[in-house]
Amino acid sequence: MLHLVSGQALFSSCSPKVCVVGSGPGGFYTAQHLIKARPDVELDIYERLPVPFGLVRFGVAPDHPEVKNVINTFTQTAKHSRCNFYGNVNVGRDVTINELKEAYHAVVLSYGAEGNRTMGVPGEDLAGVYAAKDFVGWYNGLPNCRELNPDLSCETAVILGQGNVALDVARILLAPISMLKSTDITQPALEALAQSQVRRVLIVGRRGPLQIACTIKEIREMVNLPGTKPEMLPADFEGISEVLKDVPRPRKRLTELMLKTALETPGEKELERRKSASRSWGFRFFRSPVEVLAEPRTNKTSAIRLAVNRLEGSGADAQAVLTGEVEDVTCGLVISSIGYRSLLIDPGLPFDSRKAIIPNSMGRIQHTPGVYCSGWVKTGPTGVIATTMNNSFDTARSMMEDMDSGALDVSAVKSGSQSITALLRGRGVKPVTFADWEKIDSVETKKGEAEGKPREKLLSVEEMLQVAQT
Amino acid sequence: MSAFLFVPSLCRAALPLTLCCCVVVFCTSHHRSDNKVTVNFINRDGDRITVKGSPGESLLDVVINEDLDFDGFGACEGTLACSTCHLIFDEEMYKKLGPVTDEEMDMLDLAYGLTDTSRLGCQICLSKSLEGMVARVPESVADIRQTKDAEVVSFYKH
Repeated sequence: MLHLVSGQALFSSCSPKVCVVGSGPGGFYTAQHLIKARPDVELDIYERLPVPFGLVRFGVAPDHPEVKNVINTFTQTAKHSRCNFYGNVNVGRDVTINELKEAYHAVVLSYGAEGNRTMGVPGEDLAGVYAAKDFVGWYNGLPNCRELNPDLSCETAVILGQGNVALDVARILLAPISMLKSTDITQPALEALAQSQVRRVLIVGRRGPLQIACTIKEIREMVNLPGTKPEMLPADFEGISEVLKDVPRPRKRLTELMLKTALETPGEKELERRKSASRSWGFRFFRSPVEVLAEPRTNKTSAIRLAVNRLEGSGADAQAVLTGEVEDVTCGLVISSIGYRSLLIDPGLPFDSRKAIIPNSMGRIQHTPGVYCSGWVKTGPTGVIATTMNNSFDTARSMMEDMDSGALDVSAVKSGSQSITALLRGRGVKPVTFADWEKIDSVETKKGEAEGKPREKLLSVEEMLQVAQT
Repeated sequence: MSAFLFVPSLCRAALPLTLCCCVVVFCTSHHRSDNKVTVNFINRDGDRITVKGSPGESLLDVVINEDLDFDGFGACEGTLACSTCHLIFDEEMYKKLGPVTDEEMDMLDLAYGLTDTSRLGCQICLSKSLEGMVARVPESVADIRQTKDAEVVSFYKH
């Protein structure tokens, strides 16, 4: 559109310019929705790593490749003419939120949850204790986690938490190497797991079977995991089947599967299978971590002390209450899978440190016009990709409402990526474009082909940049 | 997602790395124009959209091939790794659709607004006997694996 202002011609771009911080499902689904809904929106996605896709790449288990199919739709979005990807840009360090606000009509924060909830118990820093997020990052090739070198030389591993991440960790610890070696699990992790002496994994929850947070697909995968047998405590399931008839189908089927696994006498074939199984796994209920114990005069984990709980109330609202009893479980590996946690990347933003989210109303960040959020940093770190998809669509809708109502002023001229890339250049930061990522993608895929894997991930930022930018 | 080009694919369920005997659904397409099956979708605004599909195609294939604009539909591309192709049928049509595998049921159980006549569209293969079927796209494709609040709501309601 051409403006004539006091004799001077000014070209103003009418297109609203939006930037998204974070290129996981939160960022990409928001971008996708905005590009589709408004034919004039121009969108830039900033990502700290040289590679896109966030937890789809670094969180989804290697043996769940179908879940990663969403990468196809994200790729289409990234290659859209009105979308640009800028990897290797650390928002908060290389460029500030305020600088982004200057350059864009709207900013969307979708940087997820890269921190951990800690157990907060003595011994948490002993050798042999890991956060599930870091363990998962290790086998999925997250650059920050490549030095984790988890000690897999013990017989028993205890996982605190019973969500799907805990089940993923248990499954990767016990799966036959023949299953893992054709996935995109990293080579170092594969080699470490091939040498692993872990034979028994206990998945521990504070409450009871009716409160378990994982879903049935993941339980079924454990029940059917070749070379393993279940090891449950029938006493944990007392009184459960009696309440099942009034429970909605999803919870009922999941609980029935657990009951069957824990209580039913298996048929001949299953008995045979269990007899020849060299590895075992089980749920343990009504237990909270109290302390991780070390071998005398060492830094090595030798056991975990668990408090025994009882339940007050029922259903989803049931609370775990301490009974005063404790129990020690011998183990050499403790993995706490009690939740990820978002961090604050810019002190100028509001932050609810109790819930570890950015306070917002339908994606509109409180007290911060023009700045929105989507994904886990908006709602907290639970839910699968489809949950995040919905939450991102909601944020996009809020932004569009604001554009239509004028609450978000898109009439001003904004410089968008032009000024930001110039700023970054001045600071010695070289963004990785989507085409650059495709070079990394191609190298990883080729390396994988040679090993019968879908890809062999590059494990360091240096290697990624070398491939991307030469 | 109608702004983007999808390559129509053979619909397939992920082969589970398990020992359990599941029926794996393979849909193959027969592209003969005289052999089409009429399908009616009711979208989230309540509008009826009538299209034709070929016998053997899955309902997800039809949505993709006909460029139907259902937000977020079919995120995992028909591999039984999500519940976003959730569709609701009337009692009579539901009975015609045949048995549901454990694998489908496991993912269907996570669908928002689950009913007794719900199915996943990627697992329903068209045949002439389903001519004129009506499939409703339910509100919001959020999976049940979300916040505690949703857990409380979904735990106590059908």
